[in-house]
Amino acid sequence: MPSRLHEWIVTVDHKRLGILYIATSLFFFAVAGVLAALMRIQLAVPNSTFLPPDVFNRLFTMHGTTMVFLVGMPFFAGLANYLTPLMIGARDMAFPRLNAFGYWIFLFGGILLYSSYVAGEGLAGHGTAPDVGWFAYAPLTERAFSRGTSTDYWILSIILMGIGTTASAINVIATIISMRCKGMTLARMPLFVWLMLVVSSMVLFALPPLTAGQVMLLLDRFLGAHFFDTQAGGSAVLWQHFFWVFGHPEVYILMLPGFACASEIIPVFSRKPMFGRPAMIGATIGIGMLSSGVWAHHMFSVGMTASSNIYFAVASMAVGIPTGIKIFNWLGTMYGGKIRFDTPMLFCIGFLFQFLIAGLTGVMLAVAPFDWQVTDSYFVVAHFHYVLLGGLLFTLFGALYYWFPKATGKMLNETLGKWHFWLLVIGFHLTFDTLHFAGMLGMPRRIYTYAPGRGWEGLNLIASIGVIFQAAGVACLVWNIIRSLRKGKPAGNDPWDAWTSSGRRRRRPLNTTLRSCPKCVAAGPCGI
Amino acid sequence: MTPTVAAQKTGAIEQTGGIEQAAWTLPDRGRVGVLCLITTEFAIFSIFVVAYVFYIGKSLSGPTPSQVLELPIWATICLLSSSVTVGIAERALKGNRIQQFQLWTGATILLGLEFLRNTAVEWRHLINDFHLTITTNLFGTTFYSLVGLHASHVVVGLTLLLLSLVLGLRGSMQGQSRRFELLSWYWHFVDAVWVAVFTVVYVIGR
Repeated sequence: MPSRLHEWIVTVDHKRLGILYIATSLFFFAVAGVLAALMRIQLAVPNSTFLPPDVFNRLFTMHGTTMVFLVGMPFFAGLANYLTPLMIGARDMAFPRLNAFGYWIFLFGGILLYSSYVAGEGLAGHGTAPDVGWFAYAPLTERAFSRGTSTDYWILSIILMGIGTTASAINVIATIISMRCKGMTLARMPLFVWLMLVVSSMVLFALPPLTAGQVMLLLDRFLGAHFFDTQAGGSAVLWQHFFWVFGHPEVYILMLPGFACASEIIPVFSRKPMFGRPAMIGATIGIGMLSSGVWAHHMFSVGMTASSNIYFAVASMAVGIPTGIKIFNWLGTMYGGKIRFDTPMLFCIGFLFQFLIAGLTGVMLAVAPFDWQVTDSYFVVAHFHYVLLGGLLFTLFGALYYWFPKATGKMLNETLGKWHFWLLVIGFHLTFDTLHFAGMLGMPRRIYTYAPGRGWEGLNLIASIGVIFQAAGVACLVWNIIRSLRKGKPAGNDPWDAWTSSGRRRRRPLNTTLRSCPKCVAAGPCGI
Repeated sequence: MTPTVAAQKTGAIEQTGGIEQAAWTLPDRGRVGVLCLITTEFAIFSIFVVAYVFYIGKSLSGPTPSQVLELPIWATICLLSSSVTVGIAERALKGNRIQQFQLWTGATILLGLEFLRNTAVEWRHLINDFHLTITTNLFGTTFYSLVGLHASHVVVGLTLLLLSLVLGLRGSMQGQSRRFELLSWYWHFVDAVWVAVFTVVYVIGR
């Protein structure tokens, strides 16, 4: 057993690293889920004393940071690692050791973030985990307002995770550009790989502003610099610009891999090739470009000039166009197809519904005057949870059911999978549909409790009840994974009767790599 | 263009008609990787340059750039000419002229060190005579962080060049011209960044 553990620790194999990424991501997903559940317990009834306010601040900071950096990013780093070389017929990633470096530096960042609970002067009574929110607006993060070391844990762990993500992105790009098998031109490349290429390119431009901003913050905190020190003429708004120049593309960096999974799964379960493949690729590149020019729609309430507001409002709405094209791609694929409602497909259909609504509230929020009304309210919370939970997490689970047989040789149980899906759908809508209304009624985000009589009580209670369903759904998943690993149905070579490159190719055992390169002779559905 | 590693590993090119007749060549993965690295570094520098430009003239107290900064002409000449010497060294290595490679790599390192020495002298002057540190005002904050970020990249480049020189002296650099080429790209990038830093800090910002 120790030698098997050793094998996993020293591995540079893309499939093992992919599994490590995904397992780590699922672990942190469970942790972040517990944090969220604690917050929902606190908010279920007015004037609750379940949690003190400072603990509540730490919970939402850690929940947001964890979900973005330790769940969303690594899950798709894992999928990209596992699937990209298989789909393009390469033996491994372009830089296998860099790949391992990326994983371990990311894991170290995650451990560092969570060690703040005990090490950030937590045991001494004050300080402990960071409490500055996931976008950590300056100057609250300056020494004067954020005492102790908790904010430093946050900064350092995010820099480390940023390095890991960048390493991973460079690796994916080099792999896709330089390692494709003979005959696999860009035009024939699977959509999944195309989308991963776009996402990784976005990482190259999006992560550096965050890293640079964090370095500036460290200089402020440790060397007495004044980047975001408003008393020395520094600008708090500059931090917001730097953060959102990262933060907005980041939303698409999280979301596009979800699109990539949906684009693999929906054709297989509709028994039809992808509808409008070139339009899909074009729309993806369009999203990649547009998303880097819309960051300040997170800052309408800062008080920018009218022309900035108009530009960012229009540009943000324009993102709806390529995104809409994608929705029609998927619908067109399903239209007239012989749809099989297996668990991966169910999750993708859920994603289509929920992501559409998320997109519509996104266009609403892009209208600056509307944004002024609901900014920092639960409407925004509900919107981005629709994107990241209703959109991203659903495709993520769909991908898990779809590729689990490939990675482990065992099928996940369909009955448990359907329980997982329906419990999650019910829970999700109970929680986040109602929070839209709470936001419209003026409930601000990040409050730890509220007084009765504002019309928020019933909505919050329903939202908290929804969490029970979601937790039950996730419990089904956990049980399903444990059970299927032990005694799941053998998957065979092609569990989903797929024709795509990853589906059709024989499943390979974990510890062997491709001996000879395959040859690609046609595009899309007839791929390798 | 030489066939890629992946193409080499698959063996000969098959002649089965259609696209298969053409040689299957893809860009070298090392080059792609280093270009990606340079892209993200470029983005990081852009943010620091934006911060510098944003804070020009916003310091609440002195000293100001026009009072204390002098044009670092000599340092700039050193750094830019080191781009030429590293290019010559790279060609020498490609032609397997190891002694010339050692000579020109050594020259590159010396020029880089002279650049760093100039920066050190400038900083000592600023700190001792004008009492300008990173904590003094926004100018100090942005100046030291931008110039320091660049200098730290020079240090990284010099470390790698020194490593190449040591390996060259030990006779281990034969056939490594592809790797050295990637290092030279990085070094050219560091020089190009200096042109931007020079323009922003010493010309526009002064």
